[in-house]
Amino acid sequence: MRGVFRSLRYLRGYWKPAFGAFISLIIVNFANLAAPQLLRILIDSGITPLNMQVVLQVAGLLVVVALVRGLFFFLQGYWSEVASQGVAFDLRNQIFERLQHLSFSYHDRSQTGNLMTRLTSDVDITRNFVGSGLIQLLSGIILLIGTVTILLRMNPLLTGLFLLSVPAMGLIFAVAVRKFMPLARTVQEKLSALNAVLQENLAGIRVVKAFAREPYELSRFERQNQDYLAHNITLMKLFATFFPLVFFIANLALTAVIWVGGGQVIGGRMTLGELVAFIGYQGYLLLPVFMLGSIGTMMSWAEASSRRIFEVLDAESEVKEAPNAYPLPPVQGRVTFENVTFRYAGADQDALQSVSFEAQPNQTVAIMGRTGSGKSSIINLIPRFYDVREGAVKIDGIDVREVTLDSLRSQIGMVLQETTLFTGTIRENIAYGRPDASMEEIIAAARAAQAHEFISEMPDGYETLIGERGVGLSGGQRQRIAIARALILNPRILIMDDSTSSVDAETEYKIQQALENLARERTTFVIAQRISTVRRADKILLIDNGRLVAEGTHAELLECCELYVDILASQFGAREEVNAAVEEALK
Amino acid sequence: MRNPLRAISESGEDRARNRGAVLRRLLVELKPYKGVIALAVVMMALSGAAQGLSPLITGQIVDKVLLTGDLPSLTRMALLLVLAYLVNMVATRFQIYLVSRTGQQILAKLRNEVFAKVESLSLKYLESKQAGDLMSRLINDIDALNNFFTQVLSQFIGAAFTLGGILVAMLLLSWQLGLAVLMVVPILLVVTNVFSRMARRAFRQTRETLGDVSANLEEELGGVRVAQAFNRTQENVRRFARSNAANRDANVSATAITSAFTPAVDLLSTLDMALVAALGGFLVIRGVISVGTVVAFIQYVQSFFRPFQTVTQLWTIAQSAFAAAERVFDLLDMEATVEDKPDAVEMGRIEGHVRFEEVDFSYEEGQPVLEKVSFEALPGQTIALVGPTGAGKTTMVSLIARFYDPTSGRVLIDGKDLRDVRQLSLRSQMGLVTQEPFLFSGSVMDNIRYGHLDASDEEVMAAAHAANAEEFILRLPEGYQTEVGQRGSLLSQGQRQLISIARAVLADPRILILDEATASIDTRTEVLIQKALGQLLKGRTSFVIAHRLSTVRNADQVLVIDQSRIVERGTHEELIQKNGLYAELYRRQFYQPEEESAPAAPAVSS
Repeated sequence: MRGVFRSLRYLRGYWKPAFGAFISLIIVNFANLAAPQLLRILIDSGITPLNMQVVLQVAGLLVVVALVRGLFFFLQGYWSEVASQGVAFDLRNQIFERLQHLSFSYHDRSQTGNLMTRLTSDVDITRNFVGSGLIQLLSGIILLIGTVTILLRMNPLLTGLFLLSVPAMGLIFAVAVRKFMPLARTVQEKLSALNAVLQENLAGIRVVKAFAREPYELSRFERQNQDYLAHNITLMKLFATFFPLVFFIANLALTAVIWVGGGQVIGGRMTLGELVAFIGYQGYLLLPVFMLGSIGTMMSWAEASSRRIFEVLDAESEVKEAPNAYPLPPVQGRVTFENVTFRYAGADQDALQSVSFEAQPNQTVAIMGRTGSGKSSIINLIPRFYDVREGAVKIDGIDVREVTLDSLRSQIGMVLQETTLFTGTIRENIAYGRPDASMEEIIAAARAAQAHEFISEMPDGYETLIGERGVGLSGGQRQRIAIARALILNPRILIMDDSTSSVDAETEYKIQQALENLARERTTFVIAQRISTVRRADKILLIDNGRLVAEGTHAELLECCELYVDILASQFGAREEVNAAVEEALK
Repeated sequence: MRNPLRAISESGEDRARNRGAVLRRLLVELKPYKGVIALAVVMMALSGAAQGLSPLITGQIVDKVLLTGDLPSLTRMALLLVLAYLVNMVATRFQIYLVSRTGQQILAKLRNEVFAKVESLSLKYLESKQAGDLMSRLINDIDALNNFFTQVLSQFIGAAFTLGGILVAMLLLSWQLGLAVLMVVPILLVVTNVFSRMARRAFRQTRETLGDVSANLEEELGGVRVAQAFNRTQENVRRFARSNAANRDANVSATAITSAFTPAVDLLSTLDMALVAALGGFLVIRGVISVGTVVAFIQYVQSFFRPFQTVTQLWTIAQSAFAAAERVFDLLDMEATVEDKPDAVEMGRIEGHVRFEEVDFSYEEGQPVLEKVSFEALPGQTIALVGPTGAGKTTMVSLIARFYDPTSGRVLIDGKDLRDVRQLSLRSQMGLVTQEPFLFSGSVMDNIRYGHLDASDEEVMAAAHAANAEEFILRLPEGYQTEVGQRGSLLSQGQRQLISIARAVLADPRILILDEATASIDTRTEVLIQKALGQLLKGRTSFVIAHRLSTVRNADQVLVIDQSRIVERGTHEELIQKNGLYAELYRRQFYQPEEESAPAAPAVSS
């Protein structure tokens, strides 16, 4: 029950409504306990001797009790909702925050659908227990003790008789809970799997449709759904078996009480009113017992769910700030890789091996190489999205692991390979990294990214809403918005990961010109396929199989490096043309 | 930010907002389970009868046994009581099991239906909606319905039977007192009605805010890398907290309403009991009824209101379920904008003759994306689409796959209007490689096989080989069995693209569409792929969108698109000679004017 205890701690921030709910529930319970006593008086001193005045008085009192009970019942329901929703609110925020900060390698390995299940279904189940289950548990225990006390005072023999059934019921519940818990965990896992299929399908719907795979996806979903169904039904069966059994045992005890108590009434040792009241109280005795049982199952379910929640909250980010991390001072822009070896989590091969190079402030460094050779790995290490295995990445001679992530990343502008835009206006998307940017700054960034023109042609200009994944815009338009988003930061270090691949040649040329002006004032890393993009770089790094195989300017590489010439050749389609270029370079 | 799905729940207002309609539809779902339901109802009747009988027996014990002192019949009565409880237990067990199993089965069916609906909706719809809200409908709303079927329905029907049993017993025992108890019922109905109306509004709010939370989650989890790169995490956490808080507050207000309802019923029940006591006392004095009857009646009033109380406690769940059902049915009622006609025909084996006739298309009215586009591709031809970003190239190929229907004009393949053929038969002959390759979690092998599910491992490998993907796949830690991660995040973009090309190769399509398929692949690999594609393109019609004009040189026909129209068409040579937009784009890519002073500009003659 570790998870449940830990989630209970979240009640601390809501102790006032939780406490209020608890007190209200106790008042409700005591009002409940008072009712059978009033009934006893009603029968023994009112109806049996036919004293109408007592009948009316007691009936009036019953109504008053109901009013009090009603008021506190409301308060109890309201306050426990305030507390439990508060806990859910905190849990969700914390998970969300954790997920926002977990490093790339965590997200590389997790599925959105699975995480969403934890944030919705699992939080809700935990909330249910923490918010109302606990309060009910406590008040159930108090109600139990109160009822037993009253019953003992009324008739010890009958009470003892009834209490005989309690261990039996306890045993049944214990067995039920033990069986329930692993099943609950499995059911939540099946639900996660189902949601993961769903989420992937929504994200990849274009591919599904393009390959006419709807029937296949449907059968995949149906299979998962069936699996979830089967486990759910097993759970229901368990529930259907145990609960009526508990009720039966309780009713058996009730019959025993009527049988023995009836004998006592006949023998004159007990009044009829007392027996009726006793039977009435028995209902209240049954209630907490039953409540404890259902809270037991609720708790085992909450345990399964809260463990899934804490798995996320406890996930260690592989990229952690050092305890003594300090803010990176404004950078000059010297980026150094010292014998960097890097490997993705779960991989058994290095993505980069002993890579060393240095980029001077305001230089433009182009990174070239084949698909999967390690280009993106290099640039992902600069803002410390991942940590190196060996060696060090340094900015102005400071190891990136020594400084705070915020201060590091705020000085680096990135245009990532996959252009993710967010729901909102174009303006909001460009100002993503600097929500306080002025309209002038936004337009200036858009101009530099060659985006201003097409944005202005849109019906609402910068206020045009764009969809979830920025659909409605072409690939090239999205890339340009992503470039503007990076430029508005005016970063000291600018990283462009294949950022102009979907842009036509003319636009790319314009972007380059704009960037050239911008690049003079900052260190720029460019991953690009097109020679035209990279040949003006101050330095070209040629990566192959995770190793740096050559570095130099366009002219130097043309002269010395076969691989580079190969790449050029493929670009121009004909070796002779490259040769001509080489000759020209040599002149 | 706005939630576009709000729009559909508003348009679905007339359809599903009516509670009666929602309830009726939920009940329609029960139809196929008539037999099981009948059995469950028998079980409920049994347990209802057993429950109605027990106070009767107790009353008998008071009147006949305790007041007369007949000990042997006390034991007999007690045994009878045990029997009634035993029947109750067995009947309850089967009833709970049968009803909840049926409920789960219906939910599974609804889930399948909603999923199938989502799969059938057009891209236009899906891409303009927030996936998270759709997910919320499938997950959270169906979950809320779950409670309706498992708890509300069985307990509600059970309560109805108990109520009926008690009602009959009461009227038999004393019709005067029975009627007095019933007097409260109309008040109860009015109160229920008022609260229902309030609660439904409140619960609709909770479902909608939950949809917003999910939408926010889905988007932010997908974009978490960008958020970290731009230091936006704090701001995102703040924004999430806002939608999260809205959901919390909606839940609290909804609960405030339901929490007030239960005490209201409780109060009515107590008033009723007071009434029975007063009237009962009066009737006993008059000698109309016995003291035992009044005692039994006091128990009956409690039993009579217990099912009501159960129902009021379930009522929260029921209200929430109704609000959820509305959202689910709204979605199921959505009309797919691209739908098979009832008399749609099979496409048949495609020869590859593609024709656009005066095609106009716009995503939103008044903003044409394509205007009067006409062209013809002969079987086996390679058509290159060239033009500035946003000119409408991707839209054109989307029309060929019938992701959208043209606003006016026709798209024909082999002379058949695409609107007349079945979508699956069309798309199963089409291969598409998109700008941003999408992979599913699973192994490399699974992802390539997606193109042709029955393919053997050898065929998958042959496709990978043809797409030049084999080399890098074999270098992966587990080769073809390597897991690619969600959306292929464990691979580089270029690697993902190679896999998606292999997938298209394996599909062996009659029409192949390459939408910037090679944009993120290095030029060296691209050449290898081009060679492989050269083989692949033979014998099938293909459409190639590319910005690197080196890719389009060999096309049979180049269509230059600018501002929604085809502005030039012809072969590469013809267009170069024409010296128009194409020639200009081509020159831009290879010579860059201000390069003259740069030291190492490779001079390429064209």
